[in-house]
Amino acid sequence: MKQHSENKTTFSSQFRTIIVVAMTLFVVVAMSPIFYSNPEEIKDLNERLIATGLSNDNKSKDSVESVKAFRNVYKVLMSPRCMNCHPSGDVPLQGDDSHLHTMLPRRGKDGKGLFAMKCANCHQATNTPGLHAPPGNPDWHLPAADMKMVFEGRTPNQLAKQLVDPKQNGHKNLDQLLEHVSDTLVIAGWHPGEGRTKPPMSYEEFKKAWITWIEKGAYAPKQ
Amino acid sequence: MAIISCKINGKDYKLDVDPQMPLLWAIRDVAKLKGTKYGCGVAQCGACVVHLNGEAVRSCVAKVSRAEGQNIVTIEGLSQDNDHPVQLAWQEIDVPQCGYCHSGQIMSAAVLLREKPNPTDEEIDIAMAGNICRCGTYPRVRKAIHLAAEMQSKKGKKA
Repeated sequence: MKQHSENKTTFSSQFRTIIVVAMTLFVVVAMSPIFYSNPEEIKDLNERLIATGLSNDNKSKDSVESVKAFRNVYKVLMSPRCMNCHPSGDVPLQGDDSHLHTMLPRRGKDGKGLFAMKCANCHQATNTPGLHAPPGNPDWHLPAADMKMVFEGRTPNQLAKQLVDPKQNGHKNLDQLLEHVSDTLVIAGWHPGEGRTKPPMSYEEFKKAWITWIEKGAYAPKQ
Repeated sequence: MAIISCKINGKDYKLDVDPQMPLLWAIRDVAKLKGTKYGCGVAQCGACVVHLNGEAVRSCVAKVSRAEGQNIVTIEGLSQDNDHPVQLAWQEIDVPQCGYCHSGQIMSAAVLLREKPNPTDEEIDIAMAGNICRCGTYPRVRKAIHLAAEMQSKKGKKA
């Protein structure tokens, strides 16, 4: 009887293990289409992740957590404080309604403007006091003409893939992408000057979301 | 208060001012150069444009501390004898009406012609979009810039 009972316990344990493994596999397979549209897209993104060094540490990867974090990253990047300097055209945007910048200054080759209309001619090292007066930063500029890093009009899927692609993100690798969140021009979004709303969460929350998104694998949402 | 050392129109100045003072105030009230005008005070109109290391900076929002150790040129110093191609063209076309905005217009146009010796209409519009003229002299501004470009190329002189 004792022998029979041990055999039964072992069989039951093995059965449970098989069930757990099978369920895990089912969940992984079933969930994957949530994040990626098709196998080609997965392959494409994986290649980009490898290129940026993001996929080296498989242990920390978590597609659910990564995509969840990116939802918050996206909310900030699409807020006027970020998107206004990542326009789809060559004229920056302005204000909480993201209208075209008055005077229609142009991007220029280096992103710092053209002729008598260079960014730093009006944008000083610090915010100019006064309602809607020019906000400031010592390095005020748009992305350069050869890598426009457009946010305007991008879906979460498009923007996530663009951000991890060195051919579209300013040739940034993993470390540089992580460091970018501490760039003074990024932080300037939370010191917008009078008459401009701040991004929809604190800088600390954004930084946490940005790092989580990247460290968990920099996955792109399906949409 | 602080001493801001800078060069204005080739001359050394030591300005005893609050470093937060707008550069325009220092130019007009301390250096006593009245050619540069105050318009809007918030970098919207271009009347206060001067050259700071060659760039068309709006002196109403630039703090005087930005000028420390730098080279400033105002309308008074654009040329020795008011013979800069842009100044000559402005006279030839008789561009100004009331004239208030035109030191800024000329300083912006000079930067354009330095960087683009033969600008198109579109390039002129891009460069001059930040200089507002309530008299509406824009067509003459554009015409004068084309003439200045021509004068500059004939003289072989860069703006």
